[in-house]
Amino acid sequence: MKKVDARGLSCPQPVILASRAIAEGYDSFTVIVDNEVARENILRLTKNKGLKAEIRKEGNDTVILVEK
Amino acid sequence: MDGKNLRTGGIVMSEFFASRKGIILAGGIIGILASLLQYLGNPPNMGICVACMERDIAGAIGLHRADIVQYIRPEIIGFVLGAFLSSLIFREHKPRGGSAPMIRFFLGIFAMIGALVFLGCPWRALLRLAGGDGNAIVGILGLTTGIIGGVTFLKNGYNLGRSHSQKSLSGWIFPALMLGLFLMLVFRIEFYAGGPIFFSVKGPGAMHAPIWISITAGILIGVVAQRSRFCTMGAIRDVLLIRDYHLISGVGTLLIAAFGLNMILGQFHPGFEGQPIAHTDHVWNFLGMTLSGLAFVLAGGCPGRQLFLAGEGDMDAGIFALGMIIGAGIAHNFALASSPKGVAAFGPAAVITGLIFCLIIGFTMRDKMNT
Repeated sequence: MKKVDARGLSCPQPVILASRAIAEGYDSFTVIVDNEVARENILRLTKNKGLKAEIRKEGNDTVILVEK
Repeated sequence: MDGKNLRTGGIVMSEFFASRKGIILAGGIIGILASLLQYLGNPPNMGICVACMERDIAGAIGLHRADIVQYIRPEIIGFVLGAFLSSLIFREHKPRGGSAPMIRFFLGIFAMIGALVFLGCPWRALLRLAGGDGNAIVGILGLTTGIIGGVTFLKNGYNLGRSHSQKSLSGWIFPALMLGLFLMLVFRIEFYAGGPIFFSVKGPGAMHAPIWISITAGILIGVVAQRSRFCTMGAIRDVLLIRDYHLISGVGTLLIAAFGLNMILGQFHPGFEGQPIAHTDHVWNFLGMTLSGLAFVLAGGCPGRQLFLAGEGDMDAGIFALGMIIGAGIAHNFALASSPKGVAAFGPAAVITGLIFCLIIGFTMRDKMNT
């Protein structure tokens, strides 16, 4: 599955990378983020695009599974 | 309230401020406080101006000798300390850094130069508009143009690279610096006869709300902005880049709230000529803000947001803020900063230099990111 590693990237890079994955036509992919702002922004993006998002913590990182 | 309830309350508050209502409330609080701070003594249409206030701090510590703009502005200190406290309470304090600090330093310098050619950062551009200053429209158009340029770079893969976690105490340096400045303000230390700390006795630098009101308002804004991720540049950028209207609903509320309270307090005076701490040179008002807007996008946040991030432990944002303070020293020492009389001798040359710098950075700082 496609993985978007957005750790250590500042706003708005995580959202840009996730948007790119959506534009490239991936039906499902994961985004790994390491801060709360990126998590909120990705969730707002998926909500705006009508996509499902499932969140789980992995150590200090948050893994967001995005699905159509 | 026991620990569990406190934690639940924290999560509820976090979710609230991440919501549309939360950002609108944040914008409203900032707009009202800005208008009030002006009413209580801050310079006209400058209840809050991150650039101007950092410029005053630069003057107070002698980085420039423009004697009408020297004061340690407690609002700036409050922004950082409020965000610092909020990030500690909500467990978001996360020391990080190492994403092209030198470039961010220079982006900060040029962002400040652009702002001082216009005479205000995006915050003050909004507040000038809310006070009736038509020149602010030109500035906001310039700002938007700069952001469009930055967004184009972002779409083409611009980025300054990843930051990395830093040792936990490193995130305390910038807040500690702010605390030190606050102590120097409270105790009005004179390091030698005729030396710093300098406090203006006339001009905008001599106009200020009482210290304790300023610091309290600053801390409150710091907390609210840290929770809501308020960002004036990000607001416009998100609309252009991803059609997201979240942040701009907060910025719009700031404008409406400040405008409404200005009407009530008699602080609304529409026009272009004779506006306070402003000039009518449309070309350089526009291009000054274009430079600032572009620099803010390339650095990832407006000057306020950079302070809130610095409070959260983002050392790259702290470097940008230091760049802005040094930039203010440069702007006043080298005749780059405008005055109400108009643009200074070397202002245009500095704006063009800054634009060239930002364009080079925008074109060259790209990498194929491993996604």
